[in-house]
Amino acid sequence: MDVTFQFDWEAAFASIPFLLKGIPYTLLISFGGLAIGFLIGILFGLLRISPIVWLRVPAIAYIEIFRGTPVLVQVLFIFYGLPQILGGPINALVAGIAAIAVNSGAYISEIVRGGVQSIERGQREASLSLGLSRTQAFRYVIWPQALRRMIPPLGNQGIISIKDTSLFSVIGVGELVRQGQVYIATTFNALEVYLMVAFLYLVITLSLSFALRLLERKGLVGQ
Amino acid sequence: MNRGNSPSPAAPIVSMDKVNKHFGDLHVLKDIDLTIAPGEVVVVIGASGSGKSTLIRCINGLEEFQAGHIEVDGNELLPNGRSSRALQKIRTEVGMVFQQFNLFPHLKVRDNVTLAPMKVRGWSRDDAIETAERLLARVGIADQADKYPSQLSGGQQQRVALARALAMEPRLMLFDEPTSALDPEMIGEVLDAMRELAREGMTMIIVTHEMGFAREVADRVVFIHQGEIVEQAAPDALFDAPRHERTQNFLSRVLKH
Repeated sequence: MDVTFQFDWEAAFASIPFLLKGIPYTLLISFGGLAIGFLIGILFGLLRISPIVWLRVPAIAYIEIFRGTPVLVQVLFIFYGLPQILGGPINALVAGIAAIAVNSGAYISEIVRGGVQSIERGQREASLSLGLSRTQAFRYVIWPQALRRMIPPLGNQGIISIKDTSLFSVIGVGELVRQGQVYIATTFNALEVYLMVAFLYLVITLSLSFALRLLERKGLVGQ
Repeated sequence: MNRGNSPSPAAPIVSMDKVNKHFGDLHVLKDIDLTIAPGEVVVVIGASGSGKSTLIRCINGLEEFQAGHIEVDGNELLPNGRSSRALQKIRTEVGMVFQQFNLFPHLKVRDNVTLAPMKVRGWSRDDAIETAERLLARVGIADQADKYPSQLSGGQQQRVALARALAMEPRLMLFDEPTSALDPEMIGEVLDAMRELAREGMTMIIVTHEMGFAREVADRVVFIHQGEIVEQAAPDALFDAPRHERTQNFLSRVLKH
């Protein structure tokens, strides 16, 4: 049995320029999707705690459906399924961003709900007792505090969504994994290249963790 | 420093008329009739769960009631929260201090005090700051304006809460057990600030367990038991010669230790 396998560092480093071409796509899908997902999350998270039933029920339905189905199925549905309704193809990049948006949006809705509900009743009562309207109480008192408490779970969701974009190689977006697969198809250095792919994901997620830690530390003042 | 407890000929600032409140099966307030004259200091006493906090929270609409009628400075509150316009007006005219302070932890002390005057009254930032600094000085914490609430002691936080409420220039102040969450050594500084306010003629309704303070500051003491006003009188009369057995029982329990 041949156990003389040598890890080929040279091949590993040689793949990096090609892999880096995937990073803009990975970042665009991740952060584009997350930005839209954050807006969806604010909207549906607040609808989720509305006292009005016909606002609350659709929000619950959305959250349960998109949290309860795999993101891979969602992107396949959007990329291959929706064109049958729309009558024209959907750009793979757009499909990827949309999938991350609706998927992370469902989770972020729950993060928003949890954050807002974690603020003590007394904060709202004090605001109202000062004559602030319910909207003002939310905007100036409840939301800024809730947002700070949401930073750690939002960071988690960001990391999960960044990694989820690796699944989108199946619809042919030239993101990080796809670039790796293409490269390996000609060089056959699967071990070296996937290790480099993994490393590049780690660089992205660690940067995000670090940025959020800074933000949290800044946000903790006065809490 | 009683200023007499005879009903003022001036229009009352608060009048509660047959107010009833239920929490499910629980009848929390029963036919509450209560009138407060401008400038009057009224202390509400009673066992915990008697409904005394609920009573004052009905006055600024933090609690809804199911029957009866409340009028605050000419604005009428209807049962079941059917009066949002009047409610908004009442809340701008009625300040409240809470047991747990409820300061805004994400804002500096100064910004806690300026928020409502700027957003509700539409004051300029400069005017609001000037008022805030005057009020913070008045309650003895001018030097804490740049700190966050969590950096202050409980007594200081409660004085900020008082300044915050006063910044709206209220016509009436409600106090919901303002010293119950404080360490004993900090109770005095909060009571001093309230005493000062009473001396200046502010109309105040105070729920408290501080009987000595009640006797000293109140024009009238109201005793509430199981949601009913059992007895109300000038403090000397109520503390020294309570007429009702329930009042006697309550006072003998709280005054003994």
